Amino acid sequence: MYEGAVQDLIDELGRLPGVGPKSAQRIAFHLLAAESADVGRLVAALQRVQAEVRFCVTCYNVAEGEQCRICRDPRRSTDVICVVEEPKDVVAIERTREFRGRYHVLGGAISPIEGVGPDDLRVKELMTRLMDGTVTELIIATDPNLEGEATAAYLARLVGPLGLAVSRLASGLPVGGDLEYADEITLGRAFEGRRRIDA
Amino acid sequence: MSTTPKSLYRDEGVVLRTQKLGEADRIVTVLTRRHGKVRAVAKGVRRTKSKFGARLEPFSHVDLQLYTGRSLDVVSQAESIRSYGSVIAADYPAYTAGTAVLETADRLTAEEKEPSLRLFLLVVGALRALSDRTRPAGLVLDAFLLRAMSVAGWEPALGDCARCGTEGPHRHFSVPAGGSVCRECRPTGSAMPSPVTIEHLEALLSGDWERAEASENAQRREGSGLVAALLQWHLERGLRSLPLVDRSDVAPRREAGLLSEA
Ligand SMILES: [Zn+2]
Ligand SMILES: [Zn+2]
Repeated sequence: MYEGAVQDLIDELGRLPGVGPKSAQRIAFHLLAAESADVGRLVAALQRVQAEVRFCVTCYNVAEGEQCRICRDPRRSTDVICVVEEPKDVVAIERTREFRGRYHVLGGAISPIEGVGPDDLRVKELMTRLMDGTVTELIIATDPNLEGEATAAYLARLVGPLGLAVSRLASGLPVGGDLEYADEITLGRAFEGRRRIDA
Repeated sequence: MSTTPKSLYRDEGVVLRTQKLGEADRIVTVLTRRHGKVRAVAKGVRRTKSKFGARLEPFSHVDLQLYTGRSLDVVSQAESIRSYGSVIAADYPAYTAGTAVLETADRLTAEEKEPSLRLFLLVVGALRALSDRTRPAGLVLDAFLLRAMSVAGWEPALGDCARCGTEGPHRHFSVPAGGSVCRECRPTGSAMPSPVTIEHLEALLSGDWERAEASENAQRREGSGLVAALLQWHLERGLRSLPLVDRSDVAPRREAGLLSEA
C-alpha cells in the first residue's frame, strides 16, 4: 500500500477494464514521473469527454451534440441500418469503407448468464426506427461469438414480420472473437458475403 | 515460478462458463465426467490465432488435458467432441434455455472436483436435445431442472405427500415442503395448482415425452413456475438466466432452420 493520493490513483486505474493491479501501479508511477503538461492534457481530455460526449439520440453512437456525425450526414443512405453492439464496432466498420448506411448501437449483447436480456439493450429503440417504413434492409453485425449470434437470432425473429431484407455479417470472421479485432479486409469481405436470414 | 511437480490429467467435460483473465486468457469452468466441476486457465485463448480456437466456449463438449496448478488448473490441450454452441445460439429459445442449464449445473456443484457423473450426463443430454430441436426448449429445460434437483437430493414430491408420505395425488403444493402435501400436512400459504400440471411435471421427471409434449400451454406455464420456485428455494441466490428464458416455442421445430445461405 502507498500513501493516500497514490493509492487512490492506483485504485481508480485498477477499476478500468483490462487493467490489473500490476498495470495500475505501472501507469500510476508513469504518471507521477510524467511532465505536468502531459498529465494536464490527459486530465483535460477526460473532462472534455465527460462534458461534451454523449450518445446520439437516433443511433446511440457516441456523439458531440444531439446526433452523431453519421446520422447528420445527408449523403448516408437512410434505407439500410447496420446493427452493432458497441460504438467501437461503428469505428471498425467505418474503416472498411464498405458501408454507406446508418447504424444502430445496441449497447451490448444478450447474455442471460450476466442477467442481460433484450430489455436491457436498445432493442425497442431499434423497432421504433424501423416502424415508419423508410428502412428496407437490416444488417446484423453483432460479434461473431455466442452472445452475438444469439442476439442476431433474437433480432431476426423480432423483425421478421416487418418484411425487411435481413442479413448477418459473419462469414470469414474468426469465431469466438470480437468484431473490433477483425482486420479491415476480413471485415470488408464479411460485408460483401453477408448471409441472408429468412425468419 | 512454482517448483511443485505438476500432475497431468485428462477428462472430458462441458464448458459451463468463461471469464476474461488479463489481456488474452480466460478462466473456463468445466463440468467434467470424472472430476466434477473444474476451473482452469486457458492461456492465450482470446487471441485470434489461439490453438484452442472456439473450442473452449460455453456449450462445448471437449476432451481436455489439464495440469494441476496452485489455485487454478491449466488447460494444456483441448479437442472438440461436439460443439453445441453455434446451433443453440442460432435458436433464441434454445439459447436462453441452454444458458439456464449451464448456470444451474454451475450452481449445483458448489464444491470443485467433487465427481458428479449423473449431473454431467444430464447436462450433455439436455444440450443434445436443445441442439437437435426435437422437443420444445422450455420442456427440455424443465425436465433438466427437475432431474438435476433429484440428483442434488431435492427430488420434488409429485405424488405422495412430501411430509408424511401418504399416498397421493394431493391437491396442495408447498414449495418449502418440497412438493405435493396432504390436507393434514399442508403449511399455510400452500398453492393449489391444477392436477394436470402436476401430472405434466411427473411426465417430465420420468421422461415420458409423449405425455409431456401433449400438455397444454397453461400447464406448461404453471409447471415451469413451480419448477423455478422449487429451484430458487434450494439455491441461496436466484439464477440470473432463468427469468430471461424465452418460452415462446411450443412445438417441435426440427424442420425450422432459422439461418440459411443466401
Ligand atoms: Zn447517430
Ligand atoms: Zn402429509
